[in-house]
Amino acid sequence: MTCSAKLDNRLSIEKSDAGRRGLFCKNPLRARAKVPANLRRKAAPRLPELAEFDVVRHYTRLSRMNFSVDTHFYPLGSCTMKYNPRFNEEAAALEGFAALHPLAHDSCSQGTLELIHDLGARLTELCGLDAITLQPAAGAHSEFTGLLLAKAYFEDKGQKERTEIIVPDSAHGTNPATASMMGFNTVNIASKPDGRLDVEELKKRLGPKTAVLMLTVPNTLGIFESNIEAIAKAVHDAGALLYMDGANLNALIGMVKPGDLGVDMMHLNFHKTFSTPHGGGGPGAGAIVCRRHLAPFLPVPTVRKEGGRYVSDFGDKRTIGKVKAFFGNTGVLVKAYAYMLAHSARELGEIAECAILNANYVAAKLKDLYPSYSKEYCMHECVLTPGPDLAAKGIKTLDVAKGLLDRGFHAPTVYFPLIVHEAIMIEPTETESKETLDEFVAAMRDIHAEGSANPQALKDAPVTQPVKRLDEVQAARQPNLRW
Amino acid sequence: MAKPEEVKYTKTHEYVLPGAEATVGISDHAQHEMGDVVFVELPKVGQKLEKEKPCAVVESVKSAFDIYAPVSGEVTAVNDAVTGEPALLNQSPLEKGWLFKLKPSNPGEADALMDWAAYQEFVKQAAH
Repeated sequence: MTCSAKLDNRLSIEKSDAGRRGLFCKNPLRARAKVPANLRRKAAPRLPELAEFDVVRHYTRLSRMNFSVDTHFYPLGSCTMKYNPRFNEEAAALEGFAALHPLAHDSCSQGTLELIHDLGARLTELCGLDAITLQPAAGAHSEFTGLLLAKAYFEDKGQKERTEIIVPDSAHGTNPATASMMGFNTVNIASKPDGRLDVEELKKRLGPKTAVLMLTVPNTLGIFESNIEAIAKAVHDAGALLYMDGANLNALIGMVKPGDLGVDMMHLNFHKTFSTPHGGGGPGAGAIVCRRHLAPFLPVPTVRKEGGRYVSDFGDKRTIGKVKAFFGNTGVLVKAYAYMLAHSARELGEIAECAILNANYVAAKLKDLYPSYSKEYCMHECVLTPGPDLAAKGIKTLDVAKGLLDRGFHAPTVYFPLIVHEAIMIEPTETESKETLDEFVAAMRDIHAEGSANPQALKDAPVTQPVKRLDEVQAARQPNLRW
Repeated sequence: MAKPEEVKYTKTHEYVLPGAEATVGISDHAQHEMGDVVFVELPKVGQKLEKEKPCAVVESVKSAFDIYAPVSGEVTAVNDAVTGEPALLNQSPLEKGWLFKLKPSNPGEADALMDWAAYQEFVKQAAH
């Protein structure tokens, strides 16, 4: 698949032509007179001077060079790049939500407050926990909020000596990063050969200094931590808390309640499990869902129902305060709520079932050429490797990923998890059809054939994209950060 | 230049050339696994390091890796050449790509680490 838009390195300001305008101010001097003299610029700002049409072309062309969920299959492992239903956008655009001023009094915000309250109630039920904050701006921010809760909880109990966070070596990089940002010490535990947490090793590392075990379930190898109940018991016996990284909740949603497994708190990523746009598609939103004993420390405000009305609840002195202004990115919460209402409880379970089925389908269809790391069935994502044939030809995972671009697919997550040599991590999600998966499998098999017959051709990929193979090493060693 | 046989290895793939001023770096196997190194962050001279605790960071195009102190001691020198030119770590991990030197606080610690034969066996096992 060839990208029809050609690369034009020029920024909009380089296309600028003095005096060209999209809009003309009829009387600029009169407008200027309204601005107090001391607030006026000494010189005009250096902005691109373009006609409206130039701007439309500039951005439309750029958007056509992009890979996105709306244009391509996007099997980015651990990222859950599912379809973002347009219905969500319609709901978030409703005037009552979109035009609400964040400082509006509770009495004028009943609709939004009710939505936050009901979304929170549904999510706590789904997680099998007791309380929630929807304030964090995304997943990593939620992790940070979670560890703030843990810190406040242990300080409240007079256990300031709990300074260690245990993290398995298969964890998302954000887990140890969050622990470091909070000033905790990270204790790393090696996984067992089957990819699961080593429970005996965990027991040795747990102690009076342990604050939290951060565990991703299913883990980043796409494997369910089947010892989680024993893990939870060991953590609780040591007086520590079990934090679940909920990034992979798409594998469990509607089927298992993490609270039933012994989890004390967990985070949710709305752009993953709950179908809101990722990063560039708008602001993010996350949540921390927790047990009752952590609830007093949650950020404020939360929403409480009082009689038939919804009110902002500012808690008491034990709260960690605010982690984001107001109630967080409420527009994103509306989208997540729309998604939840669009599915019955049974259908939420089917999301996980289909996500798991799709991942196993891809793994099974490719297992002769791209062996899986695990010998077991995977959950919502599979971790493959280029296999001995391609390795013998000097083909690396990076070459396979670049080959996919030429075949019209976004590259999967590569070289993660770190514990798998040459990892290719594929997460199809439940929203892809069998036809799309078959096309992807065919592309992967075609890459294998090309890599075996003509390895150099694959090493030169991509050839159909606006740019050829980029020199990532040069870019990282000598980054040119100036325009 | 140190030979691979002269240095001791950790399970986390650091090496140490024992001595009154011990030299620390990462094994040739480790640099190969990491891929092209693009950034190196070293401890400061005078910093006291504790065995098995993170003390440096090596970042490659694939990821960032913590470097753990193979033995305890006080840092006496750091390799500024490798921070300026991280490629040295790939080209010459045992010679030009060393990371830092330290004065071991407990000289016996290095004895417990793997020798060349044991490390080769360890790497072979880990591949399975």
